[in-house]
Amino acid sequence: MALLPRVAFGAGPATSAVNTTGLAVTDTEVTVGILHSATGTMAISETGSIQAEKLAIEQINAMGGVLGRKIKVIQEDGASDWPTFAEKAKKLLVNDKVASIMGCWTSASRKAVLPVMEQYNGMLYYPTFYEGLEQSKNVIYTGQEATQQILAGIDWITKEKNAKSFYFIGSDYIWPRTSNKIARKHIENFLKLKVVGEEYFPLGSTQFNSVINKIKLTKPDVIFTDVVGGSNVAFYKQLKAAGIDLSKQALLTISVTEDEIDGIGGENIAGAYACMKYFQSLKNDNNEKFVAAFKKMWGDKTVIGDVTQAAYLGPWLWKATVEKAGSFDVDKVAAASPGIEFKGAPEGYVRIHENHHLWSKTRVGRAKLDGQFELVFETADLVQPDPFPKGYQ
Amino acid sequence: MIINSRFFNRSELIGFIALAALLFVILPLSLDVFRLNLVAKYLTYAFVAIGLVLCWGYGGILSLGQGVFFGLGGYCMAMFLKLEASSVENTKIQSTPGIPDFMDWNQITALPFFWQPFHSLTLTILLIILVPGLFALIIGTAMFKRRVGGTYFAIITQAVAAILTILIVGQQGYTGGINGMTDLRTLKGWDIRPDHAKVILYFFEVFLLFGCILLAQFIRLTKLGRILVAMREQEDRVRFSGYSVANFKIFAFCMAAVFAAIGGAMFALNVGFMSPSFVGIVPSIEMVIYTAVGGRMSIFGAVWGAMLVNFAKTSLSESFPQLWLFGLGALFIAVVLAFPNGLSGLWADYVQPRIDRLLASRKSKMSNGADSSVAAGAPAE
Repeated sequence: MALLPRVAFGAGPATSAVNTTGLAVTDTEVTVGILHSATGTMAISETGSIQAEKLAIEQINAMGGVLGRKIKVIQEDGASDWPTFAEKAKKLLVNDKVASIMGCWTSASRKAVLPVMEQYNGMLYYPTFYEGLEQSKNVIYTGQEATQQILAGIDWITKEKNAKSFYFIGSDYIWPRTSNKIARKHIENFLKLKVVGEEYFPLGSTQFNSVINKIKLTKPDVIFTDVVGGSNVAFYKQLKAAGIDLSKQALLTISVTEDEIDGIGGENIAGAYACMKYFQSLKNDNNEKFVAAFKKMWGDKTVIGDVTQAAYLGPWLWKATVEKAGSFDVDKVAAASPGIEFKGAPEGYVRIHENHHLWSKTRVGRAKLDGQFELVFETADLVQPDPFPKGYQ
Repeated sequence: MIINSRFFNRSELIGFIALAALLFVILPLSLDVFRLNLVAKYLTYAFVAIGLVLCWGYGGILSLGQGVFFGLGGYCMAMFLKLEASSVENTKIQSTPGIPDFMDWNQITALPFFWQPFHSLTLTILLIILVPGLFALIIGTAMFKRRVGGTYFAIITQAVAAILTILIVGQQGYTGGINGMTDLRTLKGWDIRPDHAKVILYFFEVFLLFGCILLAQFIRLTKLGRILVAMREQEDRVRFSGYSVANFKIFAFCMAAVFAAIGGAMFALNVGFMSPSFVGIVPSIEMVIYTAVGGRMSIFGAVWGAMLVNFAKTSLSESFPQLWLFGLGALFIAVVLAFPNGLSGLWADYVQPRIDRLLASRKSKMSNGADSSVAAGAPAE
């Protein structure tokens, strides 16, 4: 540590001025919670988010912290169990009095934590792309909501592949169902095209042969998937084994990031298109610095997916908001959030909308053999977040 | 009817007073509301554990599916609370106001018929007892009348737990699916979320728990309790003596189910949340572990077991977010290997004799040999 430039903490404004609600803020320190699954089935996905948040916090501390205060982290394990998330969120807010929480991953964990955040007036930075239909004073959604993530991608692939028919395959829970509902309305009502099939599989399912046979029969122009987690491995392997060649059959997924490809294997998914806001291979200065710093901290073999990048935004957005508000008070931070910009985001410039979601670009990448994506499309402008889309419900 | 002349023997009386002092006085005075609410959560599992003492410890029926009944009770309560939280005013943002939010997300436009009874609190309370009770009756009758028991029964209960989880997750439009039922707010207009409500709910739960403890103790001391123990030791002899073994087993299983359901309902009230993760195989096995750690022969042991294991879970996971599961696993292995009768066995073997000796040296007149407690003297299987 002695080699690092010494940052003096404690030069900020008086604690009594920036903390009127009894948060864990001292003259030299401010406490922030990290709440993800470090154990259980979700650990494989959430570890990237924990790493990104810790990286951001370390970088912020090296720059002098927030309002002259060093960020101290209390990490809790949600253990892939939604009630545990709620319990730990409560512990962080009530016992530890954290100024904000970076956390949650699945919609289920967020739904469990949300009432706690609202009751005890906490501030949650939530990194995952999700189904929308939610907006809270106490949450900043740093991932994309469904319309932001999906619509531009569907438009692009329709044009690119001259597509007329779509086939939906998803895991059976709220996010795929809502995303597919939005995709269906868009395809049928706005593009005037056809959805020829829609199938759901239980979480963790590994048998996709029946739907693969139906795909072979109906020959849709585009397969649109939101299968999550470990099921992806079985799905893409069985697709390949059934002789469906992704270089000819267009497939657009909204649920496979670099993290998932690690498990699926590049050779099984090469050629598929993914639609989200960030790929590790993005070429810009911010991203190159971010990828280098991430690998330096967490090892060369780590990959960075969409959610990991969104998790990295959380601490930075919070810092910018606190500094604009001149206070750690949750009410002031919530009120100051709309309009907050972050120019150093690896995905490029982002800004917080009044509805507490981020303006961001939508991108389509094509999976390569080495497990990375090649960027094939991005929207020219930032896409407005629209968690309660009219005409899509 | 043969009932022991005394309801509690001395060691049980000590246990009863110690537990009452802890739950009614020491914990409420020493813990902040957040920790007290956690204790309330731990105690919901104590209901399940007491049921398991009756059914497994005394009756010898190992059920690996108590999560099913915990879940049924919890879901009944949660459905009532969710309906109340889904008033037209609270849900006006939805396409169909007045129904729970997850139904709206799943394009359901009217409240399904089986949700209707949960508008009424009285009916809900009845259903919390009746639904799991009847379900246990059906499973119990189907199994025990055919003389299915032991390992096979345990496996079937586990299958039921798996089936119910899949059902709840699959029918997400009606049940909230994997998300469960969240954001439960009020009970008959009374906000269950603020601190003072948590304290009231805690005391209410502790009263209920003591009610269940006394009921379990009563069952244990009646002739019925004796038959249960006899059945566990020598099922055939009891049958040849003319008792209907199946009916006694069904009764014990139903009692355990009802206790578990009360625990589940209290869980939904105290935690404000219900999800399929309390119904499946893993939580069901955990519930058996609480009982095993506490000592499956001891009603008080079960309560201690549920509290201590859950306390260990919370504190280990707070201190070692990455490693805590290993620590917990090691704890279970250690308990089962070193103290097969759990904490209460440990107490009976090492602590109780010393207390007895101390007391005996003071009051040599009082004899305590005639009334050895079942907890202390239970034969190991």
